Amino acid sequence: MSLDKNGIAKRIAQELKDGYYVNLGIGIPTLVANYVPENIEVVLQSENGLLGIGPFPKKGEADPDLINAGKQTVTTIAGSSFFDSSLSFAMIRGGHVDLTVLGAFEVTDTGDISSWKIPGKMVKGMGGAMDLVAAAKNIIVATTHTDRNGEPKLKTKCDLPLTGIKCVKTIVSDLAVIEVTDKGFKLLERAPGVSVEEIIAKTGAPLIVEGDIPEMKL
Amino acid sequence: MNKVVKNANEAIEGMQSGQTFMLGGFGLCGIPENTIKALVASGLTNLTCISNNAGVDDFGLGLLLRKHQIKKMISSYVGENKEFERQLLSGELEVDLIPQGTLAERLRAGGAGIPAFYVPAGYGTEVGEGKESREFNGKMHLLEFALTADFAVVKAWKGDTMGNLVYRETANNFNQAMAMAGKITIAEVEILVPAGELNPNEVHTPGIFVQRIFQGVDYEKRIEFETVTE
Repeated sequence: MSLDKNGIAKRIAQELKDGYYVNLGIGIPTLVANYVPENIEVVLQSENGLLGIGPFPKKGEADPDLINAGKQTVTTIAGSSFFDSSLSFAMIRGGHVDLTVLGAFEVTDTGDISSWKIPGKMVKGMGGAMDLVAAAKNIIVATTHTDRNGEPKLKTKCDLPLTGIKCVKTIVSDLAVIEVTDKGFKLLERAPGVSVEEIIAKTGAPLIVEGDIPEMKL
Repeated sequence: MNKVVKNANEAIEGMQSGQTFMLGGFGLCGIPENTIKALVASGLTNLTCISNNAGVDDFGLGLLLRKHQIKKMISSYVGENKEFERQLLSGELEVDLIPQGTLAERLRAGGAGIPAFYVPAGYGTEVGEGKESREFNGKMHLLEFALTADFAVVKAWKGDTMGNLVYRETANNFNQAMAMAGKITIAEVEILVPAGELNPNEVHTPGIFVQRIFQGVDYEKRIEFETVTE
């Protein structure tokens, strides 16, 4: 069975390591924060100027001066810090953030990603996504394997405007964990009960399949 | 050295139609509410506005957009404003979308006297079209230029009569870099104190960057997405 949003987030949370500084994008990536393993400590960075994002505030305690990059009210943790936008992107551009998790419209087998613009339809802007994908040491894309019309989101070329090139390292979808290698997409794991054949059929690019592909352990 | 002006109307004195101004804030967090109201009342038009976001339809920058006072926006994300999207798609409004970190650094560079610099963001995308590029350490970068403006309008939590500013929490965001990048920087603050009352260790923006400062009134501090735990 394919994973739901929380399943994808849960699987991505397994990629977190103790001591990581992590930037989580809007949507499924935000949910990763709910599944951080108990035995490790990670610090979440918000590009609007907060290191150490805490949980949402209790009702009646929301502070208009304290928001995340999705403009939602949040709180701090012990050890949080605030800073201005240029310093925030110095952390990102300077390679100090260990992992970025973000959503995508399309990802290619060379690691290109489109995620910010649908010409003539959606013109919201790229926000910090281009800075993040151009500079992060490790980028995981959280996405459904196909779009609403059942078309593959993993392909050989992005049809929509690019966010960045040659940057995505790993894709965790509702069907599979796929690594972007020098030779293209490589299937690492499949969602419980999902066959290798189904994954191949729903991927719009060649897929390297070596040996038995294990099921994800969630 | 006393930089205090009476209110927002006095602070925007000399600002003219057709000029470029910067506006601090991220979403509706840390926006200079008083000065926005004064700009709406001023009737100035043909303005170029540098701001990370464009407010919402009925608050923040949205108020200026609704009255068609802005000719061009330079921003990174404008997703929460339908009127903005309408004006953009119909061609009434010119928009330059810039990666957020590049925008922040262009502002900082503008204030720091650095005319241009290289960053990797946007290389290989439409942001890089027509830009000079160069390889450093095996990675391609784009040449980006500093941004300055006739006026920078920022919002701080506390300020003193000499223009020293302290921001609060994530309401700092773009305010600190913009405060450096205005030919004339206007700061509106929630709490204005006499020089000597701010702890110099805690000043974010030293007064040298600020030309006019005033005590704001009636802050609404609207929350864009109130999210709470049960």
